[in-house]
Parts: sequence; C-alpha cells; structure tokens
Amino acid sequence: MADEVKLYGFRGSPYGCRVEIALNLKGIEYEFIQEDLSDKSADLIKYNPVHKKIPVLMHNGKPISESLVVVEYIDDVWKGVPILPRDAHEKARARFWAKFIDDKCIPAVFKALGSHGQEQAVAEAQEQLQFLENELKGNKFFGGDNINLVDISATYLAYWLGGAEEAIGIKVLTKDKFPKLTEWCENFVNCQTVKDTLIPREILVAFYKKRFGKA
Amino acid sequence: MHQLLNHCLIQISMAKKCEMKLLGSVGSPFVTRVKFALKLKSIDYEYIQEDLANKSELLLTSNPGLQKVPVLFHANKQPMSESLIIIEYLDEILPDVHPILPSNPSDRAQSRFLAYYIDTLYCPWMKEFMLTRESERKEELKRLIIEGSMMLEEAFVKLSKGKAFFGGDEIGFLDIVVGCFLGWIKFFGIIFGFNVIDETRNPRLAQWGKSLWSHEATRSVIPSDEIHMNFFKMLLGFLPPMPDMPIPA
Repeated sequence: MADEVKLYGFRGSPYGCRVEIALNLKGIEYEFIQEDLSDKSADLIKYNPVHKKIPVLMHNGKPISESLVVVEYIDDVWKGVPILPRDAHEKARARFWAKFIDDKCIPAVFKALGSHGQEQAVAEAQEQLQFLENELKGNKFFGGDNINLVDISATYLAYWLGGAEEAIGIKVLTKDKFPKLTEWCENFVNCQTVKDTLIPREILVAFYKKRFGKA
Repeated sequence: MHQLLNHCLIQISMAKKCEMKLLGSVGSPFVTRVKFALKLKSIDYEYIQEDLANKSELLLTSNPGLQKVPVLFHANKQPMSESLIIIEYLDEILPDVHPILPSNPSDRAQSRFLAYYIDTLYCPWMKEFMLTRESERKEELKRLIIEGSMMLEEAFVKLSKGKAFFGGDEIGFLDIVVGCFLGWIKFFGIIFGFNVIDETRNPRLAQWGKSLWSHEATRSVIPSDEIHMNFFKMLLGFLPPMPDMPIPA
C-alpha cells in the first residue's frame, strides 16, 4: 500500500520549510495543503489541538507536529539519505545544536530585528551566532559534506534572516564577523532539496517591509 | 532469550568500563530525569554536585552557551547537555537494557512532542504562576495549566494502552519526563492551593502519579520532600541559593 503523506503548511514559513527539506531529502511524494493562518482550517485544529500551528505532517492518517519532531520522525520512518548522524554521540550533538538554534539563536535574532538593529540586541544576537560560526569548523555544512538536522534547523538563518535584514536596512549576520556562516547560507540555499521550497526573495522582502513597518 | 541476556550484560559492562559522570544540582527535576534514566539502564556513574550560585569552571567550560545542569560526561567524548537529549543518548547506547523511548516511530514522535510541550510551555507556565504578582495573569496561567493537564490525561490514556505507565508495563520516556515534576506538582498544590493533577479532573494521571511514586526505581532517585520545599522557597526568593544542600541518599 502506498504511503499517504500530507503536509499542512504555509508557503513562506521557515518551519514548514524544514519539513519540506526533510521530505525532499528522502524523495517522499506528498500533498501540500496551504493553510490560511488568519482562518485556520478545522483539520489543522483537529490535528494540532495543542498549538493549532503549522507544520503538521499527516502520515497514513496520523498527525505529527512540531517541525523538528516531524523531521526526526521522517528520518525514523524513511531510510535513504540520513538526516541525523548514526553515531549516538554525534546524534546528541546534532540535537543539541538544533535546540540551541531554536531556543537561543533565533529568539536573539528576532529581538535584534524587532528592535530595528538596536546595538545591544544586535550584539546579543551576534554572540549566539558566533557559537554557530565556530561549530562549522571549516565544513561546507554542519553535517559535513551534506546537510543534516542542524542545517535544516538553521533554515531561517540561511534565507529568511537576509530578507528581513534587507527589509529593515540592517545587518546582523555580517560577512566580516561570520565568513563561514555567510558561505554556509549560500551553499545551503543552493542545495536542490532546499531551493525548491523557498519563496521568491522579492516576496519575502515585501512581506518583511510590511511586517516591520518599512513599506 | 539467553542470547539477549548476554547481549544486555555485555552492554552494561561496556557502560561500566567507560567512565560516566553527571554534573547536577540538588532539587533540579532536569537532573533527576537523567539520574532516573541512568538508574533504569543500570549505569554506574560519578555524581558531581554543582553550586548554581557560584558556577564552577567545569560547568562554564563544558556547557559554555547555556551554563546549565545537567551535563553528562562519557569517557573522552564532548560533554552533553539538555536532559531530553541525554536520555535519548543513554537509550541509544544501551538499547536492550530497559528501553526508554517507544519502539513505534509515531509513538516516539508523540512522546517527543509532549516532552517538548512540557519543557517549553507547561513548566514555564508553572514557574511564571509562582513568580507573577498580577492576578489576571495568574488566572490565565491557571486556566492554561489545567487545560494542559487535561491534554496530558488524554495523552496518557492513548499512550499507556490501559497499562500503568506512559511506557506501558514499564517506565518509559514520558514517565521520566513528566514524573520528575511530580514533587514540584505536589508542592505547587500545597503552596498555591490548586491541584495541577486532580483526582476528579485527571483520574488516570492521578493514578499514574501514585504508581510511579511508589515504584522502587523512582524512590531511589526522587529528592526528599524537604529538598523540594527548599528548592521552591529558593525559587520564590524566601531563601538565598543554598550551595551546601545535602545530596539525597
């Protein structure tokens, strides 16, 4: 029996994107259901009653939510290109960095953007980004030669951050402070499995201009 | 059966030969979670007490970004932090000794989802409830916490499949993740006068709490009532942080 895979998402969400990248890496065919976030469908509320948020993956009628939980589920169920390292310790390290990106890095970056580049907020965001800069260790990706869970977790930083920076007219992830991360962003967005999931940059920038009151 | 037993014994002996150390602080439910997992896996380890009011060089160098306990050191590998990540690591290095995560991928995903919910929403709500002085916010948080308990009750019914624990017949991931907060929940009720887990509202969860609390493995890792009370008082600012708290037996 063929797998039935549906993804409830929103085009332009970096969290939905994480799941799409994982599905693409495994070569899984799926149906994408676009949610109107101002008028959430009854299905979405039923499948994610706790948060009522996208993304929600439906696999043979079973819902799974929380983007990184979904990514790990995809790696668990479908063989093929590995998303998490196989070694237990390497896996723990990857999970740690994914959590660090969500818990520390992205919130600090949001604060810097929300403050329209206030010095202290930018400095704090850059402090967190420095940990990631160091963790790249001269590799093309956090996963080495290929993308892994950590790269996928950092999707927002690779593409959305640049769009927001342009919209506001500030720079947080600067090339001089973060040469490796800057190169990583370029490499990551050019991966075939990632490219297809991204919305056009002009749409992203326009969205952020409106969001940050710069339109 | 004989082969599986041999395999388990080899895994346990490997874990014992490799040095395992846990950096923790008294009263932290996150540290207790790891102690619980180590106990279930029969792993010998050295416990290093951390004074969070006066962070050690060891903590600052092993967990520089976060500076939090627990931190697990295993032989010469890079230190690991975050209780949920550490538990999954222990489960992966000794998969045949008291498996902790469910074997089914969708149950595994559901367990991880709930663990994430506990750590990012449920516990912060409880902490905020303790510390906020705004009565309107307190009412809102109380509502969220009660709704959360109802959701956990449903999840328990689904995952336990009629058995005593989230993990079924044996203690599993969510039993550890949620169970290590039962001491907090008890004192929450005593201090604030509302039961997070209520016998009428959450009958299955209330029964689960009793089963878990009286289990032999739990009793050896959960801190005493006095330690829980001291930890609460410290959080509420009644006492300064106490670096010399006795380590529970």
